[in-house]
Amino acid sequence: MSLWEFANPARFMRISGAALPWVAGLAAVILPAGLAWGFFLTPDDYRQGSTVKIIFVHVPAAMMAINIYGMIVVASLIWLIRRHHVSALAARAAAPIGATMTVIALLTGALWGQPMWGTAWAWDPRLTSFFILFLFYVGYIALWAAIEDPDKAADLTSVLAMVGSVFAVLSRYAVNFWSQGLHQGATLSIDRDQNIDPVFWLPLLACIAGFFLLFLALLLVGTRTEIRARRARALQLAMAG
Amino acid sequence: MRPALALLLRDLRLALRAGGGAGLGLAFFLTCVLLMPLGIGPDLAMLSRIAPGLLWVAALLAALLSLDRLFQADLEDGTLEVLAVSALPLEAVAAVKALAHWLTTGLPLVLAAPVLGLTLGLPAQAQPWLVASLAAGTPALSFIGAVGAGLTVGVRRGGLLLSVMVLPLYLPSLIFGARTVALAAQELDPARAFLLLGAITVLSLGIGPFAAAAALRINLR
Repeated sequence: MSLWEFANPARFMRISGAALPWVAGLAAVILPAGLAWGFFLTPDDYRQGSTVKIIFVHVPAAMMAINIYGMIVVASLIWLIRRHHVSALAARAAAPIGATMTVIALLTGALWGQPMWGTAWAWDPRLTSFFILFLFYVGYIALWAAIEDPDKAADLTSVLAMVGSVFAVLSRYAVNFWSQGLHQGATLSIDRDQNIDPVFWLPLLACIAGFFLLFLALLLVGTRTEIRARRARALQLAMAG
Repeated sequence: MRPALALLLRDLRLALRAGGGAGLGLAFFLTCVLLMPLGIGPDLAMLSRIAPGLLWVAALLAALLSLDRLFQADLEDGTLEVLAVSALPLEAVAAVKALAHWLTTGLPLVLAAPVLGLTLGLPAQAQPWLVASLAAGTPALSFIGAVGAGLTVGVRRGGLLLSVMVLPLYLPSLIFGARTVALAAQELDPARAFLLLGAITVLSLGIGPFAAAAALRINLR
């Protein structure tokens, strides 16, 4: 029994069907709990007031936005190497979720920036690279939509994801060269002794877990839908032929 | 080497003789640059400040212009299939065609840029850097563009899709290219930005042909 046996669509449908209520249920519990904890049970910042609480949405959404792109790249690589259809369909299902997460991060950042920086948008490296990340998602989704043959679309979008990942990383560092930053540094790091106070990072961790579970649930639903759409298409073709 | 040279000469001849090729990219570049003073106003101090970015953005758009036909015409009349089974590997075909694209769209911009820099009031010490940055940076536009052209070759009217996909990939080149000229215009040392610009071009020369050939193989399947 190897890991790759889960790539069998029939097995994937069975296991994901059983797991989906649990994942969605956990997300439905942990995300609201984490947000409520962050919004109502943490103290206000002495200078930023209650606006600081936007990090409980902003940081998890931004983390997901970046990591979903990484997931798409890995899933594309698996598709190109091992030709598992579930992998390509998962990449396709993940892209709109990632694009939405990018928009959420940009919007919450703008909402916080308006009172705190005095401007909703600044051409800061982090803000700009998120804008660029959004464009990468749009290009990827558009290519999926433009090509009719599903396997061809999977192949071509995988090539785009490979090339895009190189230039996404390059853009990330190029914008640092281009402009000085207004955005603060990382709030949470694994390799640092001191992060923000536990009063804040414990609920933040809960929100990150909630966002991840939400993504997982949406991804499972999306991938299952793609597989069903593929089956329906195959049936239609069989009936027509 | 000889099949590659033959293909290069064929593409150059087609670009020069069949209408809508080499000259139009340059004409588009000139029009783009002309539009800016008309839109912004004839204030030369302001124009000289935005000239580096303006010229680079215009170069990006001019490079995009003819990309969607890079492989499409050859796919439609079957030439691409002949090329795919020829002695030349498809990677080399993609590289040669990207080179021909650069020679017909990138190189004319490099040569025309000093004149446009002059009309926009770019400081004299920045002029050589403008030429150098375009010469070092525009090949990346053709080679990255070849990947996008390969990906969208089978899509009818894929021009808009191609732009949406390829422009984000151009951003690092744009940033370092425009920075090189802007730093030189401010009498600062542009060497670091210029070297990074060159590094991205070298990377594109390495990645571009392989990714474009992979995309073409998928589309020819």
